[in-house]
Amino acid sequence: MTPLLQVKNIRKFYGARIGCKDVTFDLYPGEVMGIVGESGSGKSTLLNSLAGHLAPDCGEVIFDTRADGPVDTVTMSEPERRMLSRTDWAFVHQHARDGLRMSVSAGGNIGERLMAVGGRHYGSIRERAADWLARVEISENRIDDRPSAFSGGMQQRLQIARNLVTGPRLVFMDEPTGGLDVSVQARLLDLLRGLVREMGLSAIIVTHDLAVVRLLADRLMVMKDGCVLETGLTDQVLDDPQHGYTQLLVSSVLHV
Amino acid sequence: MSDYNFAYLDEQTKRMIRRAILKGLAVPGYQVPFASREMPMPYGWGTGGVQVSAATLTPDDTLKVIDQGADDTTNAVSIRKFFEKTAGIATTERTARASVIQTRHRIPEAELTEDQILVYQVPIPEPLRFLEPRETETRKMHALEEYGLMHVKLYEDISQHGAIATAYAYPVKVEGRYVMDPSPIPKFDNPKMEMAAIQLFGAGREQRIYALPPYTQVVSLDFEDHPFEASKADHPCDLCGAEDSYLDEVILDDAGGRMFVCSDTDYCRSRREAGHSGRLGGEAA
Repeated sequence: MTPLLQVKNIRKFYGARIGCKDVTFDLYPGEVMGIVGESGSGKSTLLNSLAGHLAPDCGEVIFDTRADGPVDTVTMSEPERRMLSRTDWAFVHQHARDGLRMSVSAGGNIGERLMAVGGRHYGSIRERAADWLARVEISENRIDDRPSAFSGGMQQRLQIARNLVTGPRLVFMDEPTGGLDVSVQARLLDLLRGLVREMGLSAIIVTHDLAVVRLLADRLMVMKDGCVLETGLTDQVLDDPQHGYTQLLVSSVLHV
Repeated sequence: MSDYNFAYLDEQTKRMIRRAILKGLAVPGYQVPFASREMPMPYGWGTGGVQVSAATLTPDDTLKVIDQGADDTTNAVSIRKFFEKTAGIATTERTARASVIQTRHRIPEAELTEDQILVYQVPIPEPLRFLEPRETETRKMHALEEYGLMHVKLYEDISQHGAIATAYAYPVKVEGRYVMDPSPIPKFDNPKMEMAAIQLFGAGREQRIYALPPYTQVVSLDFEDHPFEASKADHPCDLCGAEDSYLDEVILDDAGGRMFVCSDTDYCRSRREAGHSGRLGGEAA
């Protein structure tokens, strides 16, 4: 089986400081990869380098495109990369405000990607927007409300709907549950797990919350100071951590 | 004539503007940056249009200036006087006699010919501006033809008003490539933009010039199930009886009295001179 995404020796420096270095892994279709680590460990730098928001200093990010098979997205042309990020890729920001257009209604937010790939039929765009609102458990009568009138959890769910409407194959998530209270987090995780399984999505989830990866991720990567310390199956890494830092991380979680 | 260089601007400035105009004509709908000058009038009063006109005019030209279709409003009168004084050229109110027409917010009703130039005053040349505030990003969107966002605006219109409520500055796509702001002309005028005359657009404060060569394809954006419609007040002109012209509504008293008149004053007058008359044609004329 061809991996959906092959990451080879990705390195990103900010001047002399390390962002992340020598990260290598493969992601297979339908697989969810978790990246954990403390603040400043290079998780978000890595995610942004993979998603094309930052240009890595060296390394390859090879994506298995529908049309041409495996292509290095770091060296591909910008129009192609932007097209990819509107169709086969999705990016869920930690703050829903970064990923939504706050002055555009919920329906318009979901419809934007459809219109960006050539959707020109108002009725069908609206129908799919309504369908996706229902799938992320937002009442259909909120379709013409602006995201500013939504709660934090609803905004995050709206952002997910907006990203998944074009049926992407790979989703990047940067702390999708950050800043939400625990009961809302639980519902969001439930929803995400359902969507990932149902659509057969591959995902890369960056988080510092071990509970999130325990629920969602098949595999886990632990980062510190820009380097990968440990990788493995999620349960294996969390239940039998090998590296000293991972042991510290796992033992730091409070059990209520 | 006076101590002014012909048409106010110095020759090097006019040369710079002409180069921008030529580039604009070569790439229809593309916004060409240019070094806009301070003009002796405030921004928003047509500084862009005036600079384009100044660079376009020759001593043999006849200039017409309209503001919302009218020849006799402040903006039109002062710009016409400005060029009478600084260029010493002939001016006219007759659309057919003019070789250069500077306009704000209207296209004349009379069909323009191949030997005419229409100069628009443009306040905000970037059609994507209110959706995407970053200039770096809008330039990239134009370069990569990422125009989905323009339809988001139209989507919002329909979802809020049941129809595309954008009535002026209605976005168009030029030759299947650039999305362009046609300046705040009513959408009634959009179909007229496929015309024989050269159309030049000048935005002084925003420092952009763009252009449409004659017979360029200009398509108003729309949805398959909500097609573009060139709308106007459903009424004939009360002075000249014209059914096909764009109308202004004029309040007559505080008891609900109103009249609709052609916004193009020259068109209305020439129709009345030809013997046409509307509902109030006798008393008002």
